[in-house]
Amino acid sequence: MAVDKVVESAEAAIADIQDGATLMISGFGPPGQPDLLIEALLGKGVTDLTVINNNAGAGGEAISALFAAKRVRKVICTFPKAIGSTVFDELYRAGEIELELVPQGTLAERIRAGGAGITGFYTPTGYGTELAEGKEVRVIGGRPSVFELPLTADFALVRAHRADRLGNLVYRKTGRNFGPIMATAADVTIAEVGGIVPVGDLDPEVIVTPGIYVDRVVPMPEAAMEERA
Amino acid sequence: MSWSRQELAARIAQDIPDGAYVNLGIGMPTLVADHVPEGTQFILHTENGLLGMGRAAEPDEVDADLINAGKIHVIEEPGASYFHHADSFAMVRGRHLGYCVIGAYQVSERGDLANWRTSSPSTIPGVGGAMDLAVGARHVFVMMDLFSRSGDCKLVRDCSYPLTAKECVERVYTDHGVFEPGPNGIRVVELVDGFTLDELRERSDLEFVDAR
Repeated sequence: MAVDKVVESAEAAIADIQDGATLMISGFGPPGQPDLLIEALLGKGVTDLTVINNNAGAGGEAISALFAAKRVRKVICTFPKAIGSTVFDELYRAGEIELELVPQGTLAERIRAGGAGITGFYTPTGYGTELAEGKEVRVIGGRPSVFELPLTADFALVRAHRADRLGNLVYRKTGRNFGPIMATAADVTIAEVGGIVPVGDLDPEVIVTPGIYVDRVVPMPEAAMEERA
Repeated sequence: MSWSRQELAARIAQDIPDGAYVNLGIGMPTLVADHVPEGTQFILHTENGLLGMGRAAEPDEVDADLINAGKIHVIEEPGASYFHHADSFAMVRGRHLGYCVIGAYQVSERGDLANWRTSSPSTIPGVGGAMDLAVGARHVFVMMDLFSRSGDCKLVRDCSYPLTAKECVERVYTDHGVFEPGPNGIRVVELVDGFTLDELRERSDLEFVDAR
């Protein structure tokens, strides 16, 4: 039987995400945010989530709503503050959410390492700062370097521009951001895409995420696509 | 008695060579892009995944998928390229990026940088790419006002705010002059007309070495 990773609805695509799951969610600002998948997650009512993403509920109504509904127990991110949103601030001050703050390049590299089977790495980033407190330090090539662990997740929710039924993905402009690395670092990767094209239409030289990393592909309904255009 | 932000941005742009790969921090440093000298090209990196970033987009140029690290809609220059976040920070951490211009709360006389959070317990911490840029860029330029709103000199013996990185700042460009931190203290490279070294010493805790 031909491989076909297309799932027709976001609800069906996220149906097996359970309470307590660890999720990577792509996006930097609105570009790359898988809004349909997040909305479906919100609708399903799962809670006690650990979320790994760049911001904490910034850059999209859907992800803000997920935080506001107190579905997230812990966030691993680089910049939880959001212009025009106090959702995270209120949860944090009330002690209702755990925050692990990570330098942005370290976050990206920990995700990349998680997807590549690298079980840890040293980096000069963060040395001598409070974000490196308690972490092992080695001087390598004269540079004090901090030991960092990889990040993996149960599910990655990413957004891409186009996909085929094999799960090959291409992205669009700065919407690429965390998608390609998160897709590699989760047990199950679900991609919300702007359109499905026939197998063979995506130039093999420009496919960014090869289908091996992708488990499910959900096309955005046309209405949602028009809204974004 | 002091440089305007535009004058300061122009002063910084003079010290970045033609063809440099440059990351401009959110806020004040973005002004540097408006003062690239005639006949000079900087290739701008924005850490969310674009080399060859152009100016802010006009309303009819806005593309929902194209923003900079400050989440402002921008345009792409011819020859631009897009990449994912790990590649974007490989450019920074791998020391490929030539220059970054970033803001600061404090810079110590050895070049320690404090620019990601104040000590106030009520603020929500957020670090973004500051620690990566401070450690990774080959030349770290700070752009800031020399004095805080309460009048304290932001060049200090030791940073009282949490550090971003140790001994990383090469030059500090301020509204009152240009400074170089280092193992032997802060060298004064340039002061604005009408602002004297005596006045500077009086308003800070530091000795300052006159390198003009």
